[in-house]
Amino acid sequence: MTAACGIDAVLETRDVHCTFQVGAGFLKARRPLRAVSGVSLRLYKGESLGLVGESGCGKSTLARILLGLQAPTAGEVLIDGQPTGTLDQRAIAKRVQPIFQDPYSSLNPRKSVEDIVSLPLRVHGLGGPADWRRKVAEMLDLVRLPLRYRDSFPNQMSGGQRQRVAIARALVMRPEIVICDEPTSALDVSVQSQILNLLLDLQKDLGLTYLLISHNLAVVEHMANRVAVMYLGRIVEETDTESLFRTPRHPYTKALLASVLTPEPGLGVPDTQLGVGYPNPLEPPSGCAFHPRCASAMPTCSGVAPAPRCTGPDELVECHLYSDAAPRVA
Amino acid sequence: MSAILDVQGLTISFPGMRGGFAPVRDVDFSVNRGETLCIVGESGCGKSLTALAVMGLLPQRAQRAARRLTFGGRDLQGLSEREMADIRGSRMSMIFQEPMTSLNPAYTIGEQLVETYLRHKKARRPEAVDRAVHLLERVGIPAATGRLRQYPHQLSGGLRQRIMIAMALMCGPDLIIADEPTTALDVTIQAQILHLLKSLQGQFHMGVILITHDLGIVARVATRVAVMYAGQVVETGTVNEVFAAPMHPYTQALMRCIPIPGRTRRGEHLGSIPGMVPTLVGDLGGCHFRNRCTYAHDACVGAEIPVRAIHDGRGYRCLREPDSHGLDGLLPDAHGGATHGIPA
Repeated sequence: MTAACGIDAVLETRDVHCTFQVGAGFLKARRPLRAVSGVSLRLYKGESLGLVGESGCGKSTLARILLGLQAPTAGEVLIDGQPTGTLDQRAIAKRVQPIFQDPYSSLNPRKSVEDIVSLPLRVHGLGGPADWRRKVAEMLDLVRLPLRYRDSFPNQMSGGQRQRVAIARALVMRPEIVICDEPTSALDVSVQSQILNLLLDLQKDLGLTYLLISHNLAVVEHMANRVAVMYLGRIVEETDTESLFRTPRHPYTKALLASVLTPEPGLGVPDTQLGVGYPNPLEPPSGCAFHPRCASAMPTCSGVAPAPRCTGPDELVECHLYSDAAPRVA
Repeated sequence: MSAILDVQGLTISFPGMRGGFAPVRDVDFSVNRGETLCIVGESGCGKSLTALAVMGLLPQRAQRAARRLTFGGRDLQGLSEREMADIRGSRMSMIFQEPMTSLNPAYTIGEQLVETYLRHKKARRPEAVDRAVHLLERVGIPAATGRLRQYPHQLSGGLRQRIMIAMALMCGPDLIIADEPTTALDVTIQAQILHLLKSLQGQFHMGVILITHDLGIVARVATRVAVMYAGQVVETGTVNEVFAAPMHPYTQALMRCIPIPGRTRRGEHLGSIPGMVPTLVGDLGGCHFRNRCTYAHDACVGAEIPVRAIHDGRGYRCLREPDSHGLDGLLPDAHGGATHGIPA
């Protein structure tokens, strides 16, 4: 399981699937929804892997699987090479912690900052009240929140301050891996930059590993050193950030990047020609899932699903246009 | 070019609330036909209330005052609620952020589209239905006739926002106010919706006010820009002027906060604006931004800061001299530096 670059992955998924049975309507049979279908990802120590894709592509389900909150239907998740199936939820939580999008709903409004930040310690039965108090002070200092907020309640704080509390709670157990699911989407521009700066500093100081899920590609480009692009439950392209933004290969990645409105006046709004809608995940298209929206679709695309092609270490593209590249080594 | 909408000295206050809460103070702007004015600012700056004030949709307890508030040459301030209702949805329409909450879940798309038309036009139902189908096709909804019988919950977010645009266009308005129309949508759908809005604006020769917090949208969509901070317009200008040489310290700071490919380096700190927005109660006694401004000095406290006009349509609310401004190398050339690797 050694990676090509010689570093072991701290977190790895191997061909992970997650299928939900959803009701299709009154008196209709339940149908399978393949939220994640065959995702293999590696997260290396100290890196930031960006995960991008439209809503409904399965990125949040994948995040829940990595956090141990959702059992995969097939495949396995490994932490330091150890399958998480053998670990209990608390052992996973010690190593992997989340930061969610909306600090308005991810913090209990009835609890003080002190209670919120110390909850993981209490759940894990670590230390006593004196330790908790000391730890909370330490964490607030770490996320640069004045100590006087210790007894405040979430509704007395601004969005940025709440997100700092959420970060403090995530880090109080000193996890190695933090899953950031849209960490700044609910925040204002000037607050977003503060939180991103904080995440960068914390990564440097604590050696954290991030999985950064975001629909804001400018943020991903700024924060991540590698990016995986997800479409209908599969990773369709994965490479280092530089290459992805400079020479995107998968037509979906190209369309996604073309949709980004960078603050450059005069360029106008691009016509992405992606068609009106994201496909219904209950009725995924045949062959390549992207073919109905693809500008480069060929006859074969509607019939045969492309196999993932490995074009380098941790570099992957899943598209018939690149079928001459070497096939993925299992 | 005469302005379709002209607003001067618009102030919105909530008397009796927290000792005179005034979230919008002395706001000036105008919109011409065929142009897009982007009002940009962070939450609480008063941009949405400004839009609601123009539409006459402020909450009951809010008080609106303005030196001038004209739409198509007509003074909106003296109008009765009934007269305002005739204009609203007909001559000026609004598109909100979340289409699911602005569409009625209990009625079909068709009923809601047709209702708007019948309310304002002397028309019969078949004519209204034809217009609805025509507009649904124009906003890029396939199988438009079938969609008329569907309910909002049966459509995706992108389709619902297209429906909202079609509804706004039903009566052929002169002005569309879009308040964060794409914030709830994916980037791919956002680009499509904004592309659609721009092309329809050209075809129908409408004025558009687009309210957003996203500087990327502003750069790509705006003809002119009004930057709002703490209830005031702090800077106005054409999109090129504002992005090439932002004058107000707030605009400058805001532009340093966002990652821009070609300017910001991966993993480096972004700019940030320390401090918090002031509470807009009573007289703030001077510049609203002074507590967070790197250039603040004694003169910034005291009297209201007047708008310094550079030329018609270009101005900023700051005491600093124009030539001491500008951000060297802030933004890469519009067509040079930042290519973002986007395929042509």
